[in-house]
Amino acid sequence: MANITTLSDAIATHVRDGQTLALEGFTHLIPNAAAHEIIRQRRKNLTLVRMTPDVTYDQLIGAGCADKLIFSWGGNPGVGSLHRFRDAVEREYPHQLEIEEHSHAGMATRYVAGASGLPFGMLRGYVGTDLLKYTSTISTVTCPFTGEELAAVPALTPDVGIIHAQQADRHGNVGLWGIQGVQKEAVMASKASIVTVEEIVDELDPRVTVTIPSWVISSVAVVPRGAHPSYAHGYYERDNDFYIGWDSISKDRDAFNAWIERHIHQTSDYAEHLRLVDAEEGVLA
Amino acid sequence: MTTPVIADEELVATDDEMMMIVAARELRNGVVCFVGIGMPSTAANLARHMHAPDAVLIYESGTIGAKPTKPPLSIGDGELADTADAVVSVPEIFTYWLQAGRIDVGFLGAAQLDKYGNINSTVVGDYDHPKVRLPGAGGAPEIAGSAGEIFLMLRQNNRAFVEKVDFLTSVGNAEGGDSRQRMGMRGKGPSVVITDIGVLRADPVSGEFVLTSLHEGKTVDEAKAATGWDLRIAENVETTAPATAEELRVLRALKAGSA
Repeated sequence: MANITTLSDAIATHVRDGQTLALEGFTHLIPNAAAHEIIRQRRKNLTLVRMTPDVTYDQLIGAGCADKLIFSWGGNPGVGSLHRFRDAVEREYPHQLEIEEHSHAGMATRYVAGASGLPFGMLRGYVGTDLLKYTSTISTVTCPFTGEELAAVPALTPDVGIIHAQQADRHGNVGLWGIQGVQKEAVMASKASIVTVEEIVDELDPRVTVTIPSWVISSVAVVPRGAHPSYAHGYYERDNDFYIGWDSISKDRDAFNAWIERHIHQTSDYAEHLRLVDAEEGVLA
Repeated sequence: MTTPVIADEELVATDDEMMMIVAARELRNGVVCFVGIGMPSTAANLARHMHAPDAVLIYESGTIGAKPTKPPLSIGDGELADTADAVVSVPEIFTYWLQAGRIDVGFLGAAQLDKYGNINSTVVGDYDHPKVRLPGAGGAPEIAGSAGEIFLMLRQNNRAFVEKVDFLTSVGNAEGGDSRQRMGMRGKGPSVVITDIGVLRADPVSGEFVLTSLHEGKTVDEAKAATGWDLRIAENVETTAPATAEELRVLRALKAGSA
């Protein structure tokens, strides 16, 4: 059974320095509040896994929490570059960031293998690409029945998988709908898992298309607007101004560091950060 | 549909609009198209509102048959899910749908492209010490491998159209000839590149891209100057049919979110 607790307690309980974490949410339901709490609790030396490291991982990388990134697409969706990620890769600021780079199909296959308890997954992919030269976690396997050679990628089994969902019931069963990404796979592949939700309800909404039973989840925490600036289908829209505003904040090291200080270290929780964002009418401060 | 009054001088397409209109024309009605975000998505939706109402647009976020009324801000907008025939997980979209061969056309952009339509979207410069770190592969390598064919669109200049890509993210027509087929790729690879200058089509034998059409007012010299390799020019280069008032009206309405 999932323990229903606070986000601060869930991160303190499950997330340790040096662990491998996967925060998932494919443009929708991105667990930004959880990322903030990891920064607030000053976790470090993390290996961060995510198909689409966007603003949320830009913050974790820029804040110095990550030693390594396993990913397939790193950008500010619809806006452009991810400047903290680029600064880390291009100029080793705030320190060196090791990267392990895949394609979306490869990452999805790795999560499915992890969730399935298999050591690796296979796909038709990577053939002829330079990813083969630089990513050691891409190999090949021969089909024993047809002789076809396929790409093989090792399972992802993060220490902690973290997602955001619309709802949980009072037992901690989690329900989400809309674009579902690899959220379920990230939870099922991970040794422990944390789910933040918009609200706890007596009965999950009939619109729910993915239900994750309480007993495969470690902790559930209620964080309204916990996916902001991404969106939660049925609750709130993507805050596009934030993504646009992030471009200028993240471009400048000092502006970024001041932002992290003011919005994370000097706030007690995500609600307080959101009050700042609302009061300032956006990300700029 | 009511046609708002547009003054004649506003009926001239910008270079980007022309690129999207010409790209839209490439998509036949009923095509199943795996769409990248940005200009490919806008072009595909323009096609859906013009001549291809039955085109099936698939986004890597897992939305199948999405019918957005305005250009999505990201690959996973809520409107894509609300208007889709089906919403599936990311592992499913890449396996049952793409890998299994259910996609006719993969519609992609690129940061760099070579004469065989090989794509770089990873780094400019050396991989370990990049001059510019780009977002990376995303869905492109497997889209380029498994979709029936690939349409590419990007602005033509000699930083993007290069002799050799700095990093081979997604395989196009490989080293030309039958090299792609010999690698065991299922899809036939890139067949057309639509740019702001003209249209390039792959030579059916060599796989090299050849300039076959120029948009109104563009010249062969301009196309050559914007290409980092010695661009082959078709014997009879056509002039692209100009944007119609209807195409421009629908494209602009789409961008304004009112189509």
